[in-house]
Amino acid sequence: MERTVKLKIRRQDGPHRPETRRWEEFVVPWQPRMNVISALMEIRKNPVTTKGEKVAPVVWESVCLEEVCGSCTMLVNGKVRQSCTALVDAISPHGETITLEPMSKFPLVRDLVVDRSRMFGDLKKVHAWIQLDGTHELGPGPRQSQENQEEAYPLSRCMTCGCCLEACPQINDSSGFVGPAALNQVRLFNLHPSGKLHASERLETVMGEDGVAGCGKAQNCVEVCPKEIPLVDSIASVARQTTKQMLFKWLLK
Amino acid sequence: MPAKPNGKGSEKVRRVIVVGGGLAGLMTVIKLCEAGVPVDLFSLVPVKRSHSVCAQGGINASVNTKGEGDSPAVHLEETVYGGDFLANQPPVKGMADAAPGIVFMLDRMGVPFNRTAEGLLDFRRFGGTLFHRTAFAGATTGQQLLYALDEQVRRYETLDVEDSKGSVIRGEKMVRKFELWDFLSIVRDDDGVARGIVAQDLKSMEIEAFSGEAVCLATGGCGIVFGRSTNSVINTGTAAAAVYRQGACYANGEFIQVHPTAIPGADKLRLISESARGEGGRVWVPRDPRDARKGREIPEKDREYFLEEKYPGYGNLVPRDIAARELFKKCFHEKRGVYDPKTKKNENEVYLDLTHMPEEMLRKKLAGILEIYEKFVGEDPYTNPMRVFPAVHYSMGGLWVDFERSHSGSLVIGSPRNQATNIEGLYACGECDYQYHGANRLGANSLLSCIYGGMAAGPAIATYVKNMRKASTGDTSKSVFEAARKREEDHYKSILDMEGDENPYVLHQELAETMLRDCTIERDNGVLDKVIEKIDDIELRARKCGVTDQATHANQGAPFIRHLFNMVVIARVIAQGARNRDESRGAHFKPAFEKRDDKNWLRTTLAMHEAGEGNQNNSIKYVRGIDYSIHGAPMHASDAVDVSLVTPRVRKYETAGAASETAKKSDDHEDEKSENRAEA
Ligand SMILES: Cc1cc2nc3c(=O)[nH]c(=O)nc-3n(C[C@H](O)[C@H](O)[C@H](O)COP(=O)(O)OP(=O)(O)OC[C@H]3O[C@@H](n4cnc5c(N)ncnc54)[C@H](O)[C@@H]3O)c2cc1C
Repeated sequence: MERTVKLKIRRQDGPHRPETRRWEEFVVPWQPRMNVISALMEIRKNPVTTKGEKVAPVVWESVCLEEVCGSCTMLVNGKVRQSCTALVDAISPHGETITLEPMSKFPLVRDLVVDRSRMFGDLKKVHAWIQLDGTHELGPGPRQSQENQEEAYPLSRCMTCGCCLEACPQINDSSGFVGPAALNQVRLFNLHPSGKLHASERLETVMGEDGVAGCGKAQNCVEVCPKEIPLVDSIASVARQTTKQMLFKWLLK
Repeated sequence: MPAKPNGKGSEKVRRVIVVGGGLAGLMTVIKLCEAGVPVDLFSLVPVKRSHSVCAQGGINASVNTKGEGDSPAVHLEETVYGGDFLANQPPVKGMADAAPGIVFMLDRMGVPFNRTAEGLLDFRRFGGTLFHRTAFAGATTGQQLLYALDEQVRRYETLDVEDSKGSVIRGEKMVRKFELWDFLSIVRDDDGVARGIVAQDLKSMEIEAFSGEAVCLATGGCGIVFGRSTNSVINTGTAAAAVYRQGACYANGEFIQVHPTAIPGADKLRLISESARGEGGRVWVPRDPRDARKGREIPEKDREYFLEEKYPGYGNLVPRDIAARELFKKCFHEKRGVYDPKTKKNENEVYLDLTHMPEEMLRKKLAGILEIYEKFVGEDPYTNPMRVFPAVHYSMGGLWVDFERSHSGSLVIGSPRNQATNIEGLYACGECDYQYHGANRLGANSLLSCIYGGMAAGPAIATYVKNMRKASTGDTSKSVFEAARKREEDHYKSILDMEGDENPYVLHQELAETMLRDCTIERDNGVLDKVIEKIDDIELRARKCGVTDQATHANQGAPFIRHLFNMVVIARVIAQGARNRDESRGAHFKPAFEKRDDKNWLRTTLAMHEAGEGNQNNSIKYVRGIDYSIHGAPMHASDAVDVSLVTPRVRKYETAGAASETAKKSDDHEDEKSENRAEA
C-alpha cells in the first residue's frame, strides 16, 4: 500500500468566528524528506478532508523554510516549534496522525496563522537598536574581542518566532510581561560597545512587573527556543543590570 | 490633493513609497529618512522575515585585512570577469569602491561579524576570487544584516516627521509600515508618471490606493517560478512582473543562477553556502561509480576531486555557473553521482566534504548551515561528507534601471537617474533589478549590491522628489487613484469568481517542473521552443483555474492565482530571452553555441511587455534602446554594455589569478612607478 501522511488540523475562519472552530483531517501521499510544510502544500493541491468534504485549503504562514525567518511557528503534536523543521518521519515514524494547532498566546488570524505584531512592538519599547549617527562613512566600528562576538552572536539569532512567549506561563491575559525575547535583546544591545552607551535608557524600559521582574523562572523558554538562545541567562543578566541601576539611582538620591 | 488611503494616516505629509523590506528596501528607507523624506514601507511579510534573512555566507568588501593585496579595483575586475562581461561597469565600480564603507557601517550598526584575534573584522574566501574578501557573521550573515537594518528602520518608526522649519508634525512618524500587504500595481497619472501604488491588505483583503511622490520596488527575486529552489516561498517575482506589465522594461531575464550545492527536499532545496568551500570544503565523487561504501569510508585515493582537477587555479571556488555545470555533467551525463546501494542507482548527488576540517573552527564559522544539514538530512556533517546537488538560486536579470556615470567611471551619487526604471517616478533596487552581476553573480556580492543599490536609490529618489516639489507637479487627481484601485478590485473579484477545473497550485507545479528541467543549466533551442509552447498552454489554462478559497479574511488562495498569472509572465521573459540568445555566457549555456559571442551578444536583453488581446497570449517586444524622461528632460540608454573600465576577455579559471590580471598589472605598474620614484 502507498505510504500516506495523516494530519489533524485545528481550524477557525477568523478571530471573530469562534463558531467555526473545528478539527479537520487530511491524508496526503508521503514523499521522501517530507516536512509538515510540504504536507500542507499537498493539501492545497487537493483540499478534501478524510470525510470527502471539499474545503478551503488550510491557511498558514511560512517564508524561508529553513528555520531562520521564524514565520512558520505552530503547535505540532502539541509542542511549539517551526513546522519547516518538523520532519514527518521523525514526528510520525509509524504513520501516526500529526496534529497542528495555532499558537495560543497570540490573537488568532485564521487557521494556523496568529498575529505576532506585539513582539515587534516590544522591540520598539526596549530600544533594540544602536543609536547610529548616520550611514555615511565614519570608518570601522569599535574593535571587539572574539569572546564578545561569541557571546553576542547566539543572542542575535533570535528570529521573533514566538516559541518562548507561547511556552512562558507568565504570558497570559492578566499579565503585561514583556517576555524572554525582548529581554534577550536588551542584553544583546547592552553588550555592544556602542549599544552600551544607552544601556541605562534600555534598562529603564524593563524595570518593574511588566519587565524583567515579571519572569517566574519556569525556564520553559530555554527548552523551546529553536536557536538554543540562553534566554534564562539573558533574563538573569538583565535582572542584575537593572538591580545595579536601581541601587545606583537610590545612592544618588 | 494627493489621494488618501481610506482611513490610513493623514494628508499632512508627502511620502515616498518603498515596496519591499529586504536589505535593498530597508537601506533605501534609511537613506530617504536621512534625507528627511518620510516613507511608507510595504511588505508581503513582516520585514524582519524577508528573504534576505536566508543569506548565509557573507558580504564582499576589499578591506584587505589579510594583507593579500586585495583592493576595490581587483573586486571590480573579478566581478565583471565573473559576470562574463555583461554588467555595465560603472555601477560595479561604484559598488566595489563603496563596499569597505558599507561593511564598516554594518559593523557600527552592531552586526556581530566574526573577528580576528586583534579584534578586527574577519574575512573568508568565496567563489571567483583568490582573496579573503567576505565578511561574515557565522553562517547566518543575511539574517544578521537584515536585523541590523530592520532595527534602524524601527528606530525611524518612532521618530517624528518635521516640517521645513523643524517643528514636529504631530502624529506623523518618519516610517509607516504596511506589513502583510501585497503590492498589486503602480498608479500612473495621465502622463504615465508613477504617483503611488495599489496594494491589498492580506488580512482584511481590502484593496487600497496610496499616493507617493515616487515609488521604489525592492521586491527581490523570482526563484519560485522554478518551484523548489533555494528561495523563500514568497519569491514569486510578482511585483516586478506587475510593473513590467505596466510598461517597465525587464532586462537580461534569461540569466538565472543555479547554485551548485543544495540539499534536495520535498518543499525546498536548501542551500549549503559557498562559504563551506570558502572555508576549505571539497567537492568529490567516488572514482568507482559503483562504490557502495559510505562517503566517510572511501579513502582519499578512491575519490575524484573533479573541480580541483579540472580548475587547478580556483579549484572548488570556481564561479557558480561553472561549478554547477560540472556537477550537472558528473551526475546527468556521466552518471557518476553518489551510488545508493539501496536504490541501486547513482543518485543526482555529489559529496561536499568538510570532515577534514577541525570541528571547533567549523562550529564557529559554519554552524548555521551545518545545523540546516543536520536538521533536514538527519546526518552529522562534521563526520560525514554532505550530499548535494545544484538548485535554482538567484536572478541576475530584473527590472532595467539606469545610472549616471561619473568622470572617474563610477556613479554620480544623488543623480535621479540612478536605479530609475523607464517609468518616471518608479525606481528599483536589490535582486529585482538587473544592474550589478552581468551574466553570473559572484557569491557574497548580492548582499552588497542590495545595500549599495539602496544607497544609490535613496539619494536618487530624494533628488527626484526635491526637484518635483520645486516644479510642484506633485498633485494628482483623486480619480486617477480611484480608477487604479477599482481596476485591481475588479480583477480580484473576477478571481474570486473563477470556477474552472484547474488547481492553481498544480498548474504552478507544472510550470515549475518545465522551467527547472528545460530552462536552467543547459539550454537547447528545440527544447526551449517546447518550453514556450508549454508556457502558452499554462497561460491559457490559468484562466480556467478554480479559486480554492472564497473567504473574505486572510485568503491565501485567491492572491496566489494573481501571483501565478505573474509567474507565467516572468517565465516567458526568461524562456524567450534564453531562446533568443544564441551564445554561451555566464549562467546561460547552450551546448550548440558553446562560445561567448561578443560581436552579436555583448548587449543587454531589453524586454517590453505586450499584452495579448482577448484570447491571445501575451508576447514580448525586444528593443535595442530605451527612452524615458525625468521632469521633462529626455533620457536615453542603449543596450550596449559599458565596458570602459575592464576590457572583455575570455574567462580562464584554470589559471590562478586570471580573474584579476589587469588590476594586478596596473598594481605592478604602480609599484614600479613608486620604485622608480624611490630610486630617483
Ligand atoms: C539561501 C540563500 C543564501 C544566500 N546567501 C547569500 C550570501 O551569503 N551572500 C550574498 O551576497 N547573497 C546571498 N544570497 C542572495 C541574497 O540573499 C538575495 O539576493 C538578497 O537577500 C535579496 O535581497 P532584496 O532586498 O533584493 O530582496 P528580499 O530580501 O527578497 O526582500 C524582498 C522584499 O520585498 C517584499 N515583497 C516582495 N513582493 C512583494 C509584493 N508583491 N508586495 C509587497 N512586498 C513584496 C518582501 O516581503 C520582502 O520584504 C542568498 C540567497 C539565498 C536564497
